[in-house]
Amino acid sequence: MRSFYAILKRELYVYFSSPIAYVVVTIFLLLSGWFFYSAFAYFSMISVQAMRMPGAGGINVTDMVLHPTFGNMSVIMLLMMPLLTMRLFAEEKKAGTLELMLSYPVRETELLFGKFTACMVIFLIMLALTWLYPFLLWLYAEPDIGPVVTGYLGLFLMGTAFIALGLMVSSVTENQIVAAAISFGAILMFWLIGWAETFAGPSLGKVLSHISLLEHFESFSKGVIDTRDIIYYVNFNILFLFMTMRSLESKRWRG
Amino acid sequence: MHYVKNLSYLCSKPMIEVDHLTKYFGPVPAVLDVSFRVEKGEIVGFLGPNGAGKTTTIRMLNGFFPPTSGSARIDGLDVFDRSLDIRKRLGYLPEHVPLYKEMRTEAYLGFVAEVKGVPARQRQREVDRVIDQCRLQSVRKKFLGNLSKGFQQRVGIAQAILNDPDVLILDEPTIGLDPKQIIEIRELIKSFAGYKTVILSSHILPEVSMICQRVVIINEGRIVAEDTPERLTGKDKRKVALEVKGLEAEVLARLRTVPGVVAASAEAQPTDHAGRYVVEMGQGEDVRDAIAQSIVAAGWSLLEIHTLQPSLEDVFIRLVTEEQGRG
Repeated sequence: MRSFYAILKRELYVYFSSPIAYVVVTIFLLLSGWFFYSAFAYFSMISVQAMRMPGAGGINVTDMVLHPTFGNMSVIMLLMMPLLTMRLFAEEKKAGTLELMLSYPVRETELLFGKFTACMVIFLIMLALTWLYPFLLWLYAEPDIGPVVTGYLGLFLMGTAFIALGLMVSSVTENQIVAAAISFGAILMFWLIGWAETFAGPSLGKVLSHISLLEHFESFSKGVIDTRDIIYYVNFNILFLFMTMRSLESKRWRG
Repeated sequence: MHYVKNLSYLCSKPMIEVDHLTKYFGPVPAVLDVSFRVEKGEIVGFLGPNGAGKTTTIRMLNGFFPPTSGSARIDGLDVFDRSLDIRKRLGYLPEHVPLYKEMRTEAYLGFVAEVKGVPARQRQREVDRVIDQCRLQSVRKKFLGNLSKGFQQRVGIAQAILNDPDVLILDEPTIGLDPKQIIEIRELIKSFAGYKTVILSSHILPEVSMICQRVVIINEGRIVAEDTPERLTGKDKRKVALEVKGLEAEVLARLRTVPGVVAASAEAQPTDHAGRYVVEMGQGEDVRDAIAQSIVAAGWSLLEIHTLQPSLEDVFIRLVTEEQGRG
């Protein structure tokens, strides 16, 4: 456990002593703020029109502002998370520091979870700073608190999945650009694979849509907590963290 | 204290035992059937040209990758089965000293101490100790990326000796340093003699003979010799270089008549009739005074005379030809 804290502290130090964390978090906040603003502005325009139009109803702030904002935030995450994870192992492999690190009495799990947790901390800071959007909404309208909570839960789970996948990719290459490109491509593939549902036939289609990252996020952003979705994200994390472990250990058994 | 430790290793089992270690990368053997032992408190040089398999052997010793066959034990424990226990007692300096360039010296050493499991209360003291021992006081607060090569190398040694490991494995610790830094690092490594077991890889023979009690020479993945530095270099024909003012042909003829001289040859001719000559002496003979007297007696001026240290290449060529002769 001691090594875990040491590695966690060091990784956080690297994120904050370099511009990585600041840049990624700032860009994320700028973009998500813009998406929130457009959704909110559009909503207020529509609701003014709706007031003048008798009989128009069924518009509410949850569906028109929160739901699209969470959806957009997940897309920005898809673009930003590979940039946070790409350096985690690739940089150390290239610089040779991983070899030295593995000559210390450190378990691979401590190394892996140290890095995973550090990236998670940055991600949580990023997510926590978006509290302003629901807060503003709450000041001027009456959003349901439930969908806000589930939406954040969904974003959190999806973010951990992105980190697990990014870590795994970073552990198999020495090149950070390659790591970023592959993680981005893999996440996008997992995201869109559900599209195949329509033409892949009933049984395969069902499997593919179950694999899709997007499919499982939808219900969270609508305010529904489905245990199937939670289990999906947990499994996704376990699978990729396990694969990262194997890839770290592989040099020990690969003759 | 060291006294007792020194005595105790005479009757105990070796600290490092390497048994028929072999490593293939694809079809190419990088290390082939390498066996050697290192006693407790001994400093052993691991010598060979670049690409001989030194780093591969060292990486197997610290558990970075497994051997294709054979085994290695440190203090009786297999380096793969008991990797974590071994790594607690091992200090390692990789070849190109990979450091976290964005960290400051003291913070970095603190981090390594924490990872190596030094208890929180002793951490600062332990970091101070290695900073003193490796003379890093002046760069305590500097970023590692901004340090000179010599300081980086010393930080590398500092991280290796943190938590006082029993075994030190240093891969080319003096490469890329200036002469003054080389001497400092050498003194530092020498000071470990008797209470740390050290394996030191190098491709420079004089350096190894200065630090090490024993040398293992490796070439193309195989051990070609294992002996004390004196005996390894002593087996070679010793050479003497001369600078003499005189006619080349006459000087050469005269040199060849001196008893004990096996061969004499002229090198590039400097100006002013002074020529450089290399004389090979027979084994175990020292004919320097005979040569000097003979030249002075002939009425020439002897400008310079000195013994040539056999280089690694000389030892190598002899060892490899001996091997081929036997095979």
